Amino acid sequence: MSVVAAARTRGGALVAPFARQLGLAGSVLLVICCFLPWSTYSGFPGKMLNSTPGGARLYVLLLALFGFLFVKDLPGRRRALGSASTFAFVIALLTMLFIAYAGRGLVNVGSGAFVGVVAALLYMVGARSLPEDDRTAPVRSLPDGRWRAAVESVLCVLAAVAALAAFVIGLGIPSTSIADGEDYRLGGAISLNDLTNESQFLSFLLFLCGLMLALSRMGVIASLGAITKRHSKVLVAAGLMAAVVFPFTQGGDGYSLRIAASIGVFAAAAVGLNIVVGLAGLLDLGYIAFFGVGAYFAAIVSGSITSVIDVHLPFGLVILLSALIAGLFGVLLGAPTLRLRGDYLAIVTLGFGEIFRITVNNLDGSAGPKLTNGPNGVSNIPDLVLPGGFSFGENHNLFGVDLPFQANYYWLEVILVAVVMTAFLRLAESRIGRAWVAIREDELAAAATGINTTRLKLLAFALGATLAGAAGSVSAHVVKVAAPDSFTFLESALLLAAVILGGMGTVQGALLGATVLYLLPEKLRFLQDLRLLVFGIVLVLIMRLRPEGLVPSKRRQREFHEAGGGADALAAPPGHAGALG
Amino acid sequence: MTIVLQASAVTKRFGGLTAVKSVDLEVNEGEVVGLIGPNGAGKTTFFNCLTGLETPTAGEVTYRGTPLPRRPDLVTKAGVARTFQNIRLFPNMTALENVLVGRHTRTRAGVLAAVGRGPRYHREERESEDRSRELLDFVGLGKVRNELAKALPYGDQRKLEIARALATDPGLLLLDEPTAGMNPNETAATVKLVRAIQERSIAIVLIEHDMRFVFGLCDRVAVLVQGEKLMEGPPSAVQADERVVAAYLGTPTEEDTA
Repeated sequence: MSVVAAARTRGGALVAPFARQLGLAGSVLLVICCFLPWSTYSGFPGKMLNSTPGGARLYVLLLALFGFLFVKDLPGRRRALGSASTFAFVIALLTMLFIAYAGRGLVNVGSGAFVGVVAALLYMVGARSLPEDDRTAPVRSLPDGRWRAAVESVLCVLAAVAALAAFVIGLGIPSTSIADGEDYRLGGAISLNDLTNESQFLSFLLFLCGLMLALSRMGVIASLGAITKRHSKVLVAAGLMAAVVFPFTQGGDGYSLRIAASIGVFAAAAVGLNIVVGLAGLLDLGYIAFFGVGAYFAAIVSGSITSVIDVHLPFGLVILLSALIAGLFGVLLGAPTLRLRGDYLAIVTLGFGEIFRITVNNLDGSAGPKLTNGPNGVSNIPDLVLPGGFSFGENHNLFGVDLPFQANYYWLEVILVAVVMTAFLRLAESRIGRAWVAIREDELAAAATGINTTRLKLLAFALGATLAGAAGSVSAHVVKVAAPDSFTFLESALLLAAVILGGMGTVQGALLGATVLYLLPEKLRFLQDLRLLVFGIVLVLIMRLRPEGLVPSKRRQREFHEAGGGADALAAPPGHAGALG
Repeated sequence: MTIVLQASAVTKRFGGLTAVKSVDLEVNEGEVVGLIGPNGAGKTTFFNCLTGLETPTAGEVTYRGTPLPRRPDLVTKAGVARTFQNIRLFPNMTALENVLVGRHTRTRAGVLAAVGRGPRYHREERESEDRSRELLDFVGLGKVRNELAKALPYGDQRKLEIARALATDPGLLLLDEPTAGMNPNETAATVKLVRAIQERSIAIVLIEHDMRFVFGLCDRVAVLVQGEKLMEGPPSAVQADERVVAAYLGTPTEEDTA
């Protein structure tokens, strides 16, 4: 450790006087390299052969452009440059390795890639050898004037559009399937592990991380955040519009809409879990069971031919009843267990999740009443048909655009997520939400201040379950089946991971966390077997580097960063002892 | 004069230890009563028995003639609020939010109202906020209402805890060592604050070790020693009583007197 540190200091001292020149040269060279071919064979995604940068080369190019900071000294430049250059280097290196791997050898790596990696290294060394920033970037605001409100509103809309664009691009990167990829392979040997699509997605993800970090260190993100906060209505409207418009950008392709709808299901459940975990501070490890209750109920009463009960209730009623029944289960489980604290509650909820899964696995008529068809589940749930005759199972044409049937389910999900998010936001900023936070902060003081802690904890639990039930019933219609393997502990853990990754106590966080956690295994197929390992590593990194999550609530951020070390704040929840001293 | 609080023969045993032994205490409307005694005399345990944090082994507590429930939130709802010896605020909420939590028992909006946000909800929220701001101004924290509770200086945290207790509209306020850890200036400010609370016709019982504070402020003082009430009376009588001095300083041994 000390040897490394010493070497770094010595190296730094050697380079420091020329840091600016070195870094600038590196970034300029890197920009040039992005117009050179990176591979000797055609077919690697992102057009690595011709001179127009695309894919990874484009990302590297954009990150290299931050090199202008070597010339212009803006506040926070060292850290901004550090992020941009490091991510540029990592993307360049990974891409080179992927090209070599897919092309069966370094010989098929183009000159641009070799020089690009070296240039990116210079860029990075130059950036890291700059003197420390003497000031952090301030939160800037636009000058006052007639057009300020209008310009700020436009910025909000642009932010929503940018988010949509990032989502569309990320989704648009194809994922490897078994039939893919024979056209460009040298030598004709087919490998299922080709990884070229994965490299595309990985570099896109890294690019987004690098860009966001660099921008946030230049104060752009904070300034934009302040603006969007002032115009939250514009942002919400723009975000909703972007979400509604999304199917029109897909050119009739149903695949990404299906993925987006699944993300919606996942996000709605995550927001519901966020009430329980983020606001009230109750660790629920069996949350997916409530989701399952809703899904099974909806599956059984919606006219599926495999259902043992031959009823077909209208969809609106099904959602309502699923939510209520799941909420009832929440009360049944919560009433006896919410006296437990922390770890004990976690264990009981974990047990409940398992009991639910095993029960539905066994209600097949041999070990109990025939209700769920055991491991086969209730499948063939018919498509939704609205009273007007609008069938969710058919393709429609809207404004001259052909929309696949998946768009209908996608829009249904948008409505669900919007409703769940509204409920969450309004509850958080109310008498009830304040009481939840108070309980999380100091349960005994909350009780002494007049809060019926048992009842409010039960309420949080039941509401979380209700939202999960609603999400579950919609999900059953989207995936057309309710089967036990969808409700394993892994799913509960993933939901919890989404909440923690995104940021406890915020809806944007839950949405972002759900999106990232859903897309990662979908797009990075080689992760599938290593999914848990990688998520574990990601969570540990998040806890270490950004314990408040990607989009923290203000309160969380203060909690973790004003008190000093994040680890301390985690280890010491507000005291339980001492009141009786 | 109406009796606000009547505790009769309150006893609390922890296993073999009797922390509070058959203590009686009466508090009249608008009165400030001091509760003193050496460390470990059972003062805080007695408070906990009054406020439902501990269930007394025996005895009865009534507030304005009705027995007090055995649950802290119901006690607060009935009109008895308290502060803690070691300050227990909600550290990551702002000063204003802390006081707003105090309004919980006096407001009604439920889940549907919070999600639906009708005119009634908005009116109630506005009233809660106005009342909380008024209370923060009252205790002198109007300027720091948007600061985090944990970021406030120690003296302000004590004041904030009092404001939060006042937000529950109590008829009786129990203060557990309100000046502990304060400098003389802060203590003087607390004297003024307690007087101002008294003027709002809220009765106060306070545990304190600062004798000048107690004797200067209280209408009546009760002395607890080893769980038992040693005596009770006006400050001058308590101050002059030999037994009280003995309880704090110990009895002179024969060698000392010789």
